[in-house]
Amino acid sequence: MRIVIGEGSCGIAAGASKVRAAIEAVMNANEPFSLGSTGCIGMCFLEPIVDLYEGDKLIRRLVKVTADDAQAIVDCARSGDLLLVEKLVISSEDEEFLTKQTRIALRHCGIIDPVSLDDYRAADGYQALEKALKTMTPEQVIEEIKISGLAGRGGAGFPTWFKWNAARQSAGEEKYLICNADEGDPGAFMDRAVIESDPHSLIEGMLIGAYAIGAKEMIVYVRAEYPLAITHLEIAIEQAKKANLLGENILGTGFSCDMRIKAGAGAFVCGEETALIESLEGKRGMPRLKPPFPAQKGYMDKPSNINNVETFANVSWIINNGGEAFAAMGTENSKGTKVFALTGKIRKGGLVEIPMGKTLRDVIYGIGGGIRDNKEFKAVQMGGPSGGCIPAELLDTVIDYKALAATGAIMGSGGMVVMDESTCMVGMAKFFLDFTALESCGKCVHCRIGTARMQEILTRIVKGEGKQGDIELLEELCEAVKDGALCGLGQTAPNPVLTTIRYFRNEYEAHINDKKCPAKECVDLLTYSIDAEKCKGCTLCAKKCPAKAISGAVKEAHIIDENTCIRCGQCVNSCRFGAIIVE
Amino acid sequence: MCNCNSSGPKSDLSLLDGVLGEYGGVPANLITILQKAQNIYGYLPKDVMYCIAENVGVTPADVMGVATFYSQFRLTPIGKYLIMACQGTACHVNGSERITAAISEYLGIGNGETTADGLFTLENVACLGCCSLAPVIMINGEAYGNLTPDSAVSVIKSIQEKEGK
Repeated sequence: MRIVIGEGSCGIAAGASKVRAAIEAVMNANEPFSLGSTGCIGMCFLEPIVDLYEGDKLIRRLVKVTADDAQAIVDCARSGDLLLVEKLVISSEDEEFLTKQTRIALRHCGIIDPVSLDDYRAADGYQALEKALKTMTPEQVIEEIKISGLAGRGGAGFPTWFKWNAARQSAGEEKYLICNADEGDPGAFMDRAVIESDPHSLIEGMLIGAYAIGAKEMIVYVRAEYPLAITHLEIAIEQAKKANLLGENILGTGFSCDMRIKAGAGAFVCGEETALIESLEGKRGMPRLKPPFPAQKGYMDKPSNINNVETFANVSWIINNGGEAFAAMGTENSKGTKVFALTGKIRKGGLVEIPMGKTLRDVIYGIGGGIRDNKEFKAVQMGGPSGGCIPAELLDTVIDYKALAATGAIMGSGGMVVMDESTCMVGMAKFFLDFTALESCGKCVHCRIGTARMQEILTRIVKGEGKQGDIELLEELCEAVKDGALCGLGQTAPNPVLTTIRYFRNEYEAHINDKKCPAKECVDLLTYSIDAEKCKGCTLCAKKCPAKAISGAVKEAHIIDENTCIRCGQCVNSCRFGAIIVE
Repeated sequence: MCNCNSSGPKSDLSLLDGVLGEYGGVPANLITILQKAQNIYGYLPKDVMYCIAENVGVTPADVMGVATFYSQFRLTPIGKYLIMACQGTACHVNGSERITAAISEYLGIGNGETTADGLFTLENVACLGCCSLAPVIMINGEAYGNLTPDSAVSVIKSIQEKEGK
């Protein structure tokens, strides 16, 4: 038997390393089983996860494992008695989280050992590279990608073949292929999972792309906040070099290509391709005017092509299975599958890969199990700070670039944050404007000043100081910022504001006109009082109140002094009779 | 070693020799050099930035421009424990503001500040990517998830106890 621990970043954060240490502590020198590691399985809500394999067959998946379970797991692996771990086995309902998915970009994640080239090869690894280099011309590779309909998975959805072709057609011997792994959208971790869990798949996809455009050097620009991804990719690059999969005369075909990693330094705008190039050159990451496009003049003024991690992760599958097989999935406008990071107030959060054309409801209810704590679904935020909030009445929107854009949101890179009735939508818009105002590089006046003014207006609205005309002023500013910004950051920064105004205008109005927050989240707009009927006079709330705002005699109804109350909510949490009223 | 005309505390610039030997002299390597320098000194002292500017062949203003553009770089020393409070969307939706406020109140420091005893620095950071554990803080690389304001303060208290404070 083989014990395999899921050791992606999420697994480790949930305690996978402690589980490993505990298992190792009870193991002897010559055990009849082995202990292995895999990357992100994608079921964050069940981490830490331990899989038991017999040969290549997964026989049991154990979830929410703790260090205390180590002895039982080792005893089970020694004796083969699966009853010993019965209480840890995943439920059949939770298993559906994976069985309802179609995994292409994530096909190896949580299955292979990320830092084992042998594991990757055993899973058809590097066969697509060999096929491309030995049996296809670069033009044929581009044609196959064109047939597949693969579009940029970083958010914009631009056809991949078109960019590759433009870079191929560009004059000059020195060309660069760059991978954008600067996954900066808060709430998105698809690319991290791919690099951590399947780094060779990125290398292989990039090599095929480099062959297609004629690049001799590849650079991966990774967020510095992803240390494990960087480590795994470094190991994989070394392995590939030793196996003649990188470097001179790859696989004896005469094709030569090198690869290196560049760690980002924390700037959201560097997800924009020309800002990324500036950063690669050691400068402040401020976007360039286009044209010239990177395909003509990119890194070091040489023709360059930039794609996202998930885009590359699909490439070798397409070469192996043919572009038509990929194009058979999805809708007319959007082909293949898409990975989403499902988070927020969802029951089952994690990584979800599904064919395009499924609905938001399929993902949130079908796979994610709906909303936590039996609350009401309110909206889903897609595309991070560049995207928007899609309300409940549009839950049947299909996942397709055009259909999502029509809602005012975007497909985005894959962040999908679910919100329930307790999330204030004005607060949500403010959250994103705080982010974009901070991350605006400052180059374009409209983005630099416009986001700051919008942030100010939203701040006063959530504080109860909103004025008549603020909504219209926000809308006007949104249009100005959209028109006046050079890059995607500024052009899309208004989206969270515009979509929340479009679908939740009543919440803005309640804040401005009635000085009320319908979601009861904006602290400055809440008032606390005590229901004299329900209050038993137990004095607990008065004892807990840090501001000493609650008074009353024992066994008599208490009262809250509104002027002293700091609205911390401690009384609500302490009251056993539900007597505190929050409005 | 270079002769810098900067004021302020003097850093041991010989510690940079290895980094400059490997990456020096190339402007495109500036960010990498600053990252390695920060690993050595814990932050970017002024004289170190002057030294790097001279070696790479850019102006000190260029170096300062880069160092202040990227959130990873720090211009002041940090505490023994770096508390990174995640401000990602999933953490926001799950109440990260109350977590940060509780830590801030307990330690008496704001974002980017260090406690007087030099033990803790609080830093609001972009998404840490442990969204299923939201709200999350990370202290010296270890993640603490599913926090409440009380449990977040308990985490800090347990570190203080370990340090005998």
